[in-house]
Amino acid sequence: MKVSITVNGKEHQSDVEPRTLLVHYIREVIGLTGTNVGCDTSSCGACTLHMNGEAVKSCTILAVQADGASVTTIEGLAKDGVMHPMQTAFMENHGLQCGYCTPGMVMAAIGLLNENPKPTEEQVRMGLEGNLCRCTGYHNIVKSVLAAASAK
Amino acid sequence: MIPAAFDYKRASSAAEAISLVSQYGSDAKFLAGGHSLLPLMKLRLAQPAMLIDIGRVKDLSYIKDAGNHIAIGALTRHMDVETSKVLREHAPLLSHAAGHVGDAQVRHRGTIGGSIAHADPASDLPATTLALGATYVVQGPKGQREIAATKFYKGFLESDLAADEMLIEIRVPKMQGAGWSFQKFNRRAQDWAIVGVAAWRRKGEAGVALVNMGSTPILATSVATAIAKGASISDAAAMASNEADPQSDLNASTDYRKHLASVLVRRALEAASK
Ligand SMILES: Cc1cc2nc3c(=O)[nH]c(=O)nc-3n(C[C@H](O)[C@H](O)[C@H](O)COP(=O)(O)OP(=O)(O)OC[C@H]3O[C@@H](n4cnc5c(N)ncnc54)[C@H](O)[C@@H]3O)c2cc1C
Ligand code: FES
Ligand code: FES
Repeated sequence: MKVSITVNGKEHQSDVEPRTLLVHYIREVIGLTGTNVGCDTSSCGACTLHMNGEAVKSCTILAVQADGASVTTIEGLAKDGVMHPMQTAFMENHGLQCGYCTPGMVMAAIGLLNENPKPTEEQVRMGLEGNLCRCTGYHNIVKSVLAAASAK
Repeated sequence: MIPAAFDYKRASSAAEAISLVSQYGSDAKFLAGGHSLLPLMKLRLAQPAMLIDIGRVKDLSYIKDAGNHIAIGALTRHMDVETSKVLREHAPLLSHAAGHVGDAQVRHRGTIGGSIAHADPASDLPATTLALGATYVVQGPKGQREIAATKFYKGFLESDLAADEMLIEIRVPKMQGAGWSFQKFNRRAQDWAIVGVAAWRRKGEAGVALVNMGSTPILATSVATAIAKGASISDAAAMASNEADPQSDLNASTDYRKHLASVLVRRALEAASK
């Protein structure tokens, strides 16, 4: 089936099988491999990207459902070589170790601040409940998100 | 994991969706948010030959004040139920419970209609709308009918919906300022409830429904009757499992669930009585 999906500002026309998952479309058809597959069962959030401005799990969406949508991935955040403030905050606050969960974590965190620009620590923890990290113990991730929120 | 191959059609209205599903019969399934169906299809626990995508039927995404009840379109997403001003005012138990479904990403995609039609006893919104005395409006080839929530749930993932019927609206009576509480016990934040309780209370009256305490969401009528007759909260809560038939699984045994239900019903009624 023909789909037209705007990825990081650029429109792509492709012919996909209906069963193609959005995450596979992004990684294998578009070739952007920053969005990771972790659990593949809708739990870990590693595959989080933005669809029409909202954080969603791309392992649980069909590419055909995203037809006509605008998608932003981790690769689409930096502007003219300058990192997004959330990326900078993760770097400065050691919000990552192995980095596997990080693209999804950053996309979920930006989505959270879009909906709640000045969250409390508790709200950050609850807001990121759909994202699992096996390395950091979350402490520095929460610190990063709070730092990004106060930098705004 | 990739689902087995299927054909895909997109409906732009309820009428079109119903005519498509009548055409393809029992091999076809509606796709709303896809957050229950796609995980099942990826695990090959479901293999529909045809998906009819109703996710774009935008005129079924609404929350309206309809006098003595609030009318919610079946395609309204959990996030919109959670943040609705109208629901926060007139049915705060429902908007609060919607905020406890999964995580933010799930709530951006999943719909109230998908949650109810899926009829999972472990889901939060079937029990919550049951406690609130909701009515569901469904549409089929012969027109619309209304089904009381108390008559809707028939068994595990089974409801009164026929294969060619679509859930289109959920009608929730206004709570008229009743006290309420939603208790969800789970081990990890985003998980389904091991046991959950949705309850409201006003003078001489209460409504209580249980999540994950049987093959359907359970209306705890003994508790409500006891409260109406003036029983104490702890005496009423002791009857929490009278109508329930919980299973044992990896998370909890039958006895543990029954104990938990009475503790959570007591907490819910106490909170709703404040
Ligand atoms: C990680 C994760 C965590 C979750 N946690 C929770 C939780 O804690 N609590 C909870 O309650 N839920 C939870 N869910 C489930 C979530 O709420 C689903 O969104 C919801 O159950 C189904 O809604 P949907 O719109 O995604 O339906 P879909 O998956 O699209 O459809 C589900 C079923 O209902 C049918 N259907 C859908 N809409 C209609 C309609 N209008 N008329 C007739 N049939 C229809 C479909 O054919 C399908 O059989 C979770 C899901 C995930 C992925
Ligand atoms: S890979 Fe999508 S939620 Fe884990
Ligand atoms: S940094 Fe390794 S999983 Fe999060």
